[in-house]
Amino acid sequence: MEIPMIYYVVVSTIMFFAGVYGFVTRKNLLAILISLELMLNAVDINFVVFNRYLFPGQLEGFFFTLFAVAIAAAETAIAIAIIINIYRNIKNIKVDNLDKMKY
Amino acid sequence: MEQVAGQIIFFLLSAVIVICSILAVTSRRILRAATYLLFVLFATAGFYFQLDYHFLGAVQITIYAGGIVVLFVFAILLTSKLGEKSDKISSTKRGWGLLAAISGAALCLYTLCTHDFFPSQYAAGGEWDMKAIGHMLMGMDKYQYLLPFEAISVLLLACIIGGIMIARKR
Repeated sequence: MEIPMIYYVVVSTIMFFAGVYGFVTRKNLLAILISLELMLNAVDINFVVFNRYLFPGQLEGFFFTLFAVAIAAAETAIAIAIIINIYRNIKNIKVDNLDKMKY
Repeated sequence: MEQVAGQIIFFLLSAVIVICSILAVTSRRILRAATYLLFVLFATAGFYFQLDYHFLGAVQITIYAGGIVVLFVFAILLTSKLGEKSDKISSTKRGWGLLAAISGAALCLYTLCTHDFFPSQYAAGGEWDMKAIGHMLMGMDKYQYLLPFEAISVLLLACIIGGIMIARKR
């Protein structure tokens, strides 16, 4: 397995900043959530790769990724519940229409 | 021979990740964006398998690709019409997004490429066996993870209750 560590890190960097781009430009709440999942996933790859290449005798990055996956699942479930509730109230999930509680 | 196969698989997986993550944030149909996200998550699981963390790859497939993407697809079908396209992004907004993404990526890539990671070789430790992982997950000593495990279980319970409370009809 002669793949340098930097290759993995470059791929996860591209994935993270694709997520940043989507987070800034998207208007649909679900699309923003998808971008967020991309960012979380890129960070998970980083944890695992650093664990494997730099500290192979330990499992810290492994467990961080395991718990991060669990927390991401919980967070997504709650976020989707909130989004569906918003849709039920104002029939729309675009962020620029969500100013009911602002003033 | 096996190394060459590993490298080919690595480049295939990274091509899938790069292309599909960019498509997932630029596609104007939200259901397609969710499908591209699914491909990205599968390729990430492939990375975990390639790094010999087989348990983590299985967790990634079952929770992310099996659970979260299904939730996304349900929510998308509940909140938008099929084939509906999102509005065009205004050019100032796209410019700000590109500025944030490209400048951040350039900064990170510059830092990563100039930094010298000390033993950056693949350590052929192979896979950890499931018994060691289970003991570390359930132990109370140093470098063992019973407390976060229990905290996660309480968090999941809170999520179940919160999800029901938020999403039910009143």
